[in-house]
Amino acid sequence: MEIKQTALAGTLESSDIQVTISQGNHGIEIDLDSSVEKLYGKQIRKVIIETIQAYGIENAKVKAVDKGALDCVIKARVMTAVQRALGTSDEPNWEVL
Amino acid sequence: MKNSIGRELSDDLMRNYQPFKSTKIGNPIVQRVAPKVRVSTGDNKVTDSLADVVRKTVKDGMTISFHHHLREGDFIFNLVMDEIIKQGIQDLTLAPSSLTNVMNDKVIEAIKAGTITHIESSGMRGTLGEAVSHGILKDPVILRSHGSRARAIENGETKIDVAFLGVPNADRCGNANGMTGDAAFGSLGYALIDAQYADQVVLLTDNIVDYPNTPASIKQTQVDYVVKVDQVGDPDRIGSGATRFTKNPKDLKIAKMVNNVIVHSPYFKQGFSFQTGSGGAALAVARFLKQSMLDKQITASFALGGITTPIVDLMNDGLVQKVMDVQDFDKGAADSMKNNQNQQEIDASWYADADNKGAMVDQLDVCILSALEIDTDFNVNVMTGSNGVLRGAIGGHQDAATAKMTIISAPLTRGRIATVVPKVGTVVTPGESIDVLVTEAGVAVNPARQDLIAAFKKVPSIPLVTIEELQQKAEAIVGKPEPLQHTNKTVAMIEYRDGTIIDEVKEIKD
Repeated sequence: MEIKQTALAGTLESSDIQVTISQGNHGIEIDLDSSVEKLYGKQIRKVIIETIQAYGIENAKVKAVDKGALDCVIKARVMTAVQRALGTSDEPNWEVL
Repeated sequence: MKNSIGRELSDDLMRNYQPFKSTKIGNPIVQRVAPKVRVSTGDNKVTDSLADVVRKTVKDGMTISFHHHLREGDFIFNLVMDEIIKQGIQDLTLAPSSLTNVMNDKVIEAIKAGTITHIESSGMRGTLGEAVSHGILKDPVILRSHGSRARAIENGETKIDVAFLGVPNADRCGNANGMTGDAAFGSLGYALIDAQYADQVVLLTDNIVDYPNTPASIKQTQVDYVVKVDQVGDPDRIGSGATRFTKNPKDLKIAKMVNNVIVHSPYFKQGFSFQTGSGGAALAVARFLKQSMLDKQITASFALGGITTPIVDLMNDGLVQKVMDVQDFDKGAADSMKNNQNQQEIDASWYADADNKGAMVDQLDVCILSALEIDTDFNVNVMTGSNGVLRGAIGGHQDAATAKMTIISAPLTRGRIATVVPKVGTVVTPGESIDVLVTEAGVAVNPARQDLIAAFKKVPSIPLVTIEELQQKAEAIVGKPEPLQHTNKTVAMIEYRDGTIIDEVKEIKD
């Protein structure tokens, strides 16, 4: 799948994560800024990559500003950002869910 | 070496200390010390020149102290430290009753200037907590509870050479209290120990009143100098304003459950006593407790510790006979002391010192405390955050936990940080003295208290779970964090209230 446009989901509120996805050429590149980086940095990256890969996307730039979001929140925000970036917001991909 | 709860302690640092063994104090005979007295008739104590007083009193290598009753509104600490730094004095030990955020940057400046080389405190937070956690001091900070500080001062472990005490009023001979004046903060509880045991006592006030000033919490017999300053503190930042009743549904649920635990415990009977903290849930407990006391027609003999307006209101409603007050967290509580004889000012030793002929905490039935973390052995951390950085204070936590029933009230998780964990980062209060944990996900009772488990089992409104279940529930929500990385350097030693070492805090590795 190809990313058509830069898209954003989420807020900078506590317990949320703001995810911006744009086109990339070198695999899935993650720029993570997290208040719980030391404790959960690896896990947050893992959830972001797995969620994006489930859409068959191989190249993307991801900017994530995390304020201690739970995994389920991270997944939801990434999915929303991806679908907005793909221009498929009104056709949820049920298989990824 | 390891102490009795399995915390690893550095052998080289432990040469001068005993490892923690038990919460039981027993009946040892202890020797107290007495201060030096520079004799005078009491005249000529008043001066405008802080510089002169510092020159006369403070020498290299001394121990100096302050109190933290002015909290975030304190002007005294920075004023005095500025003068001490300016005079180039070196190698001081700073031993205040605690350190508030408003003091942080000045402490860091003084450390960098070589003025302060050692710190003893109840806690630290903010920029200073960060700096110390990253190893700014060569030797570890000594952290003590309020009761343990009184103990250490009384037995000479901490010998204060000069105490600089900000007061909202004083007469020309040094009779002073905390109750009146622009910077009034109520109880002088922590400062009274400094006034009694420091070799030299310097009062700083913006309000010199007619001699003799009564009631005199600090007495002229203890005071060497009275320094007139422009302003002692910012009244708006000394105590929080009117404390609002929390609307947070999680806090309310926890508070309601804490109340259920108290009401269905064997301690809820005529003449019981209690201590609450100042957090949102603790204040909400006071409101639920009020209704329960009215319903059951029970009154309390005393409320203890740091006092808030809801506690004073209970006294004014006749539901609490006496308020035993070591500090006032808000204006309402501070203002009420001068008008109500039943609100008794107590010093830190009377409040909480273990090496005493009985402290108030020894008479306490029920105590509600908070926690940053609590582990499956019921050990509590109120000192280091999830990132390992110093960001709290022991306060009276260890001391009040000697109550007959100690309740920790805490949410299961805060954001992505679990409160109930397999092993706390830093042990401050040992699980041996914690009886009940109340979270929004259930109530866990220390297995050592089968009597309480039996009492609560019959109560449908108390959802009993094990602490292991709570820990697993928390982990299922937030996941398993990576372990923190530390160096071998110890940045702080945590004393238990008897002066033994309960844990160490290591330097953060970045």
